[in-house]
Amino acid sequence: MLSITDLSLTLAGKHADLAILRSVTLAVATGEAVGLVGESGSGKSMTLRSILHMAPVNATVTGQILLDGLDVLSLRGEDLRRMRSRDVSMIAQNPHAVLNPVLPVERYLVEGMHDAQGLATRLARVRAGELLEQVGIDEVDRVLRSYPHQLSGGMLQRVVIAGAIAGKPRLLLADEPTTALDVTTQAEVCAILDECRRELGMAMLFVTHDLDLAAAVCDRINVMKDGEIVETGVPEQLRDDPQHPYTRALMASRPAGIGWTRRGGTV
Amino acid sequence: MFVIRRLLALAGVLIVSSFLVFAAMYAAPGSPENFLVQGRTVSPDVLAAIREQYSLDDPFLVRFWNWITNVLHGDFGQSLSNRQDVGELLANRLPTTLMLVSLAAVIIVILGIGLGIIAGTRDGVVDKIIILGSNLGFAIPTFFAALILMSVFSVGLGWFPVFGSGDGFLDRIWHLTLPAFALALPSAAVVARITRTAIREERDSEHSAMARARGVPGGLVLRRHVIRNSMLPVSTIVGVHVAGLIAGSFVVEYAFTLDGLGTLLVGAVQRKDFAVVQAIAIILVAAFGIINLLVDLFYASIDPRVRLGLGA
Repeated sequence: MLSITDLSLTLAGKHADLAILRSVTLAVATGEAVGLVGESGSGKSMTLRSILHMAPVNATVTGQILLDGLDVLSLRGEDLRRMRSRDVSMIAQNPHAVLNPVLPVERYLVEGMHDAQGLATRLARVRAGELLEQVGIDEVDRVLRSYPHQLSGGMLQRVVIAGAIAGKPRLLLADEPTTALDVTTQAEVCAILDECRRELGMAMLFVTHDLDLAAAVCDRINVMKDGEIVETGVPEQLRDDPQHPYTRALMASRPAGIGWTRRGGTV
Repeated sequence: MFVIRRLLALAGVLIVSSFLVFAAMYAAPGSPENFLVQGRTVSPDVLAAIREQYSLDDPFLVRFWNWITNVLHGDFGQSLSNRQDVGELLANRLPTTLMLVSLAAVIIVILGIGLGIIAGTRDGVVDKIIILGSNLGFAIPTFFAALILMSVFSVGLGWFPVFGSGDGFLDRIWHLTLPAFALALPSAAVVARITRTAIREERDSEHSAMARARGVPGGLVLRRHVIRNSMLPVSTIVGVHVAGLIAGSFVVEYAFTLDGLGTLLVGAVQRKDFAVVQAIAIILVAAFGIINLLVDLFYASIDPRVRLGLGA
């Protein structure tokens, strides 16, 4: 459903142009979870942002991004807005930066459903409560009334996930969704994300620097280095027979004793 | 709770500052009885009589106590130079200054914030022009701006009067427009600059970017996320500058010969008219405190982190 072909992104610098992405090619099938693994600065986040047509203004983007045949990079104005509100949702790293600090949680959820997706305000309010229950929040009313600074990162990331699945998009973009959270809540949030995705049959492009986490969540993994995808494979294949030296280095740098349990086990 | 804490703090500031004001006048060189006899040689008996009349021989704290209790009852005492009731003097002068400052505040808010938002949301020529104008407005001293405005709009074009405060509401506004512009100019320039920076910061913020990424319409993102949030730092700056206008208004009143508090204060200082100077100083401090209180309340109304008493 998503196919990225030959995507390159160059930032215009003062002295020299900076190549952030070098002909990235990857695909995500309907309902599939695909990992994008690499160290910080390797271009993972920029790839995600390009899919939402959110590259910085001084960037030159070439290549093609097709979303069910829709040419994303050519979208403008209302078409672009519709694609963003209906087809693709993004979950960013730090939930405390994603929500406006001066507006309560309910406004965040209602904004997504009412202002972006066109649902009536009254219905959006009701749905906001249901969504919070769906992501495992007990005190729904208290959380809806709360301001971002009153909630923990884990709680807030659930709110963001609730907002992301609200419009039942076909594709979820997860940009290190658990990195900014406590270790104890990481597994929980990750499990909730995975569960929601499966229930709604959404595809996901999951960005992380953690190869183990990607292996636990994803069907296929792309390894990225310096703006290039250096290796692609199913998790077991990357573990047993890594081809690229960088993948081998990533494997070697994992803390010892962590198993490769897929889905629902240790994450 | 928040309001009560703020009010108590304001009362504290007023008490301390009134004490300082009172003490400062006595620390200043020259004494009131010398002014009253105007350099003539008089017998010690007369001087003693004068000191007696104004209770100048009482201990300092006693005099402060008498003064402050009277002020709390609305009695600011009598002017030393013309025996007029200070309260009455102030009541005659206050409307002009109040109106001048209010007009200038409106100009700062509309012009400063308005131009700041335009410069912050637009790139290119418009932004550059507003920055240039802001630099110019900030660099020009108030009295110089007053002279230029007068020579262009009053003498040259004849649109506004050159001096006087006018009678009646509309006539007053007409008379005070130029002075208010002269007074507001530097502050409006600063506010425009701060607004522009704040707008740009919020425009690039993650929550604005994510709102756009979620498909929230651009106009809504601008209003709800960018402008609303940028008003937090801007409201603080506007408050400080509007409070400062009261002091700045004195220069403008002098330049445009308006009969406000400023001209009264300048005269009173020259005559060493204690009662008048103290009364004006106290009013200044109170106005400053009240404006800051209003800003804090506004701030709390848009930022829940302040309202709920938690660190940002």
